[in-house]
Amino acid sequence: MKSPQLLKQGAEARLYRTTFCGRPAIVKERFKKTYRHPELDDAITNDRIKAEARALVRCRKLGVRAPVVYQVDLPRRRIVMQDLPECSTVREAICRLSAAQGADCEPLLALAGRLGRLLATLHAAGLVHGDLTTSNLLVDDQLEHITVIDFGLSVADGGAEELAVDLYVLERAVLSTHPQSGPFTEHVYTAYEQQWSGARAVLDKLHQVRMRGRKRLMLG
Amino acid sequence: MVVTIGFEGSANKIGIGIIRDGEVLSNPRRTYITPPGEGFQPSATARHHQAHVLDVLQEALDIAKITPDQIDAVCYTKGPGMGAPLVSVAVVARTVAQLWQKPIIGVNHCIGHIEMARLITGADDPTVLYVSGGNTQVIAYSERRYQIFGETIDMAIGNCFDRLARLLKLSNDPSPGYNIEQMAKRGQRLVRLPYVVKGMDVSFSGMLSFIEERLDKWLAGEYTPQDICFSLQETAFAMLVETTERAMALTGSQEVLISDR
Repeated sequence: MKSPQLLKQGAEARLYRTTFCGRPAIVKERFKKTYRHPELDDAITNDRIKAEARALVRCRKLGVRAPVVYQVDLPRRRIVMQDLPECSTVREAICRLSAAQGADCEPLLALAGRLGRLLATLHAAGLVHGDLTTSNLLVDDQLEHITVIDFGLSVADGGAEELAVDLYVLERAVLSTHPQSGPFTEHVYTAYEQQWSGARAVLDKLHQVRMRGRKRLMLG
Repeated sequence: MVVTIGFEGSANKIGIGIIRDGEVLSNPRRTYITPPGEGFQPSATARHHQAHVLDVLQEALDIAKITPDQIDAVCYTKGPGMGAPLVSVAVVARTVAQLWQKPIIGVNHCIGHIEMARLITGADDPTVLYVSGGNTQVIAYSERRYQIFGETIDMAIGNCFDRLARLLKLSNDPSPGYNIEQMAKRGQRLVRLPYVVKGMDVSFSGMLSFIEERLDKWLAGEYTPQDICFSLQETAFAMLVETTERAMALTGSQEVLISDR
């Protein structure tokens, strides 16, 4: 490995660019959170590294694009994975396209359709992403291929409840990216439902999840 | 000089504050405290507020050395909160506003929390962790509005603590959370509890049922009530800090404001 170069610092990990056996690679290192009890911090970090590595592998087995895992190093809190060729986040794509062509333009809705089918594939296998924001979805310049990253909060065999929360997180992320994103989300759900027979149950649950967040009594 | 008087009674506390140009002149309060193992019911809480509101009002005026004619506006908590206590206090606010012929301003409970805290701390554009008996939200100001970035998807953190206090039969005086904190200081061992963070949202109900189901077994030997309080705090607080941190990463805000009851 050549000496790693700091690429990005997130809320729970630093990303370094390096090479692994001659291939361009990314090191994702989860740093210690000193505000957490050390036992709790170790346990959470270990769980997340394992969950992430397993989900990445599983995701690729399902035919959904995700970085290849090269190495998992629990004591050093690291995952070494494939360095993806330059692409933008879905968040950036939504911002760019809705500014240029409107929030309900054809390329965006086509992207929404692809995203819906991709999520149906993951969800049909019970794979819950856990942090399905538009920043964790990458897309190439042609908007053809979506790559999913950052599986640290993923769950392996989620029920309707967890799958619905996944969609809810996405819905809110899309909304926070662009306020007039209704058509985008609708297209995601239409494609999601067409792709998978179990989708209806999840979408029904999603309705409950939405209500729960907003209509709760807030006392004290 | 602007002098305002504010009435708040959305839950088990009744409080009246007088502020002159951003300076708090007085802020007397009374808390309705229920026996251990019990929560506060709306109608009983309303009766408590009705019984104390006039005394508290007199106290607020006396401490501030302000007479009604010096007051420019009357404010009150409009909601959200418990209906009966809210109404009881709002009636008094409306009555004095009419008696004194002052304008009346309804204030959203949550905005009140945030703006009060900004005034006191001088924070400019903070990411707000708004936690109390009934609220658990991560809020930041964006696009000319306070926006909710993350929140609990089931019960509030305060509610979760209150329920644990009830399970352990801890006193509600001065508050269940305070007594959990005192117990937690003497906790020795960390019990591994479900740590549920979903993006910027948290969930506490799973953690509570996890404890409920195992409590008798734990207390029979493995863990003390102190350990359980300690573990609940460590786990729940870590969840809140993590989601707040995530929101800060998103907003780029450098300040955190923790706002509670």
